[in-house]
Amino acid sequence: MTLEIKKLKQRAAIIRREIIKMSYRARHGHIGSALSTVDILTALYFKILSINPKRPKADNRDRFILSKGHAASALYVVLAQRGFFDSKLLENYLVDGSVFAAHPSFYGIPGIELSTGSLGHGLSVAVGMALAAKYDKKKCRVFVILSDGECDEGSTWEAAMSASQFRLDNLTVIVDYNELQAFGKTKEVMDLEPFVDKWKSFNFSVQEVNGHNMSQIINSLKKVPFKKGKPSVIIAHTVKGKGVSFMENKLEWHYNVMSEKQFTLAMEELQ
Amino acid sequence: MRTAFINTLMQLAGEDERIFLLTGDLGFTVFENFRKQYPERFLNIGVAEQNMVGIASGLALSGKIVFIYSIVPFLTMRPFEQIRNDVCYHNLNMKMIGVGGGYSYGVNGPTHHALEDIAAMKALHNMSIICPGDPLEVKGAVKAIAATNGPFYLRLGKSSEPIIHPRPFLFKIGKGIMVKNGKDATIISTGNMLENAMLAANMLKQKAVDVRVISMHTVKPLDRSIILKAAKETGIIVTLEEHSVMSGLGSSVAEVLTESDIPKVLFKKIAAPDAFAKMVGSQKYLREAAGLSVKAIADAVIKLFNKRAKVKKKL
Repeated sequence: MTLEIKKLKQRAAIIRREIIKMSYRARHGHIGSALSTVDILTALYFKILSINPKRPKADNRDRFILSKGHAASALYVVLAQRGFFDSKLLENYLVDGSVFAAHPSFYGIPGIELSTGSLGHGLSVAVGMALAAKYDKKKCRVFVILSDGECDEGSTWEAAMSASQFRLDNLTVIVDYNELQAFGKTKEVMDLEPFVDKWKSFNFSVQEVNGHNMSQIINSLKKVPFKKGKPSVIIAHTVKGKGVSFMENKLEWHYNVMSEKQFTLAMEELQ
Repeated sequence: MRTAFINTLMQLAGEDERIFLLTGDLGFTVFENFRKQYPERFLNIGVAEQNMVGIASGLALSGKIVFIYSIVPFLTMRPFEQIRNDVCYHNLNMKMIGVGGGYSYGVNGPTHHALEDIAAMKALHNMSIICPGDPLEVKGAVKAIAATNGPFYLRLGKSSEPIIHPRPFLFKIGKGIMVKNGKDATIISTGNMLENAMLAANMLKQKAVDVRVISMHTVKPLDRSIILKAAKETGIIVTLEEHSVMSGLGSSVAEVLTESDIPKVLFKKIAAPDAFAKMVGSQKYLREAAGLSVKAIADAVIKLFNKRAKVKKKL
């Protein structure tokens, strides 16, 4: 393992601990969904995205959209760690009168490109941003994380079709495929398989990675676009609740709030 | 109205490179020139209105002024939540151009009729609503909304609407236009009912009733002062719209009047019933069935006029 990968993994571990602390303090759920995306977000913000926290609205910045807005806690911690704002501000997470809601808002939080929370919106907006970048002949790229559940939304596939129609090779989709959606296993609720074939048939170039293997994530993200003239998708196989044994692959951690005992246990495991 | 829209937009697009036009696969014989002249800024998104609104939002977030176009129900209702979250919440510079206000699509049936759109759009924060009364107002409206930041819904009729304004006027968002002065009653009309409003006013002139006609092209934000002035000066307010009687212009005007302290104003909403059209028909036929004919409008005004005369006599 290179030093760089080791550092990124350490960073991901810190981020997980901060998410647990925040969620415990706020007595809020969606923890499993947040932990699932941590390694991908870490790779993006600490290695891949061309961004400057001091100039969050810089013209040529890469754009990132967290279409699965319910993982906001992970994005907040990542943005704070990356220097977009002071980590101390996150003590206000879900506090009355603050800007840090359970779903990210465009207003008042540097680095948030799009307010999300309702599923199936992010990819269309990303297509619009990628089109604008192409029209303006800018080098900036657009990245968007989708949940597997939001691939039930028809609008996601409308957007996918248009991304390839407009040959948006500056657009990369990452699907956080933890195979658990809000009320059951994806296989049982609305089976996405054959998932890779679906994206291929929508004219995306596809790669699959282990969404918790930092080297794999980085290697894949470094290679986008996988094919010139085509949008890219990375199917990231992930584990809901990754890093905390009693949360892993458990549907209830879409909702549960930690007890004091569970909090202590989670923090110990994430040391 | 479509022609007035696209001609004005063509002109603006020549002056401002930020202007994009997106369509949900509609615009045959209307958009060909725009597509030819500005191919990179014309995007046919296909029959996918939710995606169209999302893409428009991404473009607007990147500094573009984005016009999106479809038939009213497909434009305003299919992607309602995208309009709410992506466009209105972010207060984006997006202009929704709906063709087919009211019964414009007549024989195409209720799937294509637009009778609930003003109500739906009125409910959205940050959304402004403009229903031009004739092609001249369309021209003014397109220029004004392109120059004003934020989401707009522009509700057009269809094609071959006549020019109504007898003289030049200044189009200002949120400011109604008095097309004809009068002292006995006021018709406040929105959208392409302006033609019938003027015809009714002329019909009433022959019966010695002097009717004021206001074109209330902007339904939101509403011009309160022109309403209150008309209420004070004429005492009778009749609203007119090719939209459901539920939550359209009439409801908004009624709110202004009931919250005001002007006494004894007689008020009547003329609008389509809260119902899908029960039979097939042209726009003219369906308007008549819905009580929106020139005669029905004139009768409604006369009724209020006589009622007031009776009250005055008693005093």
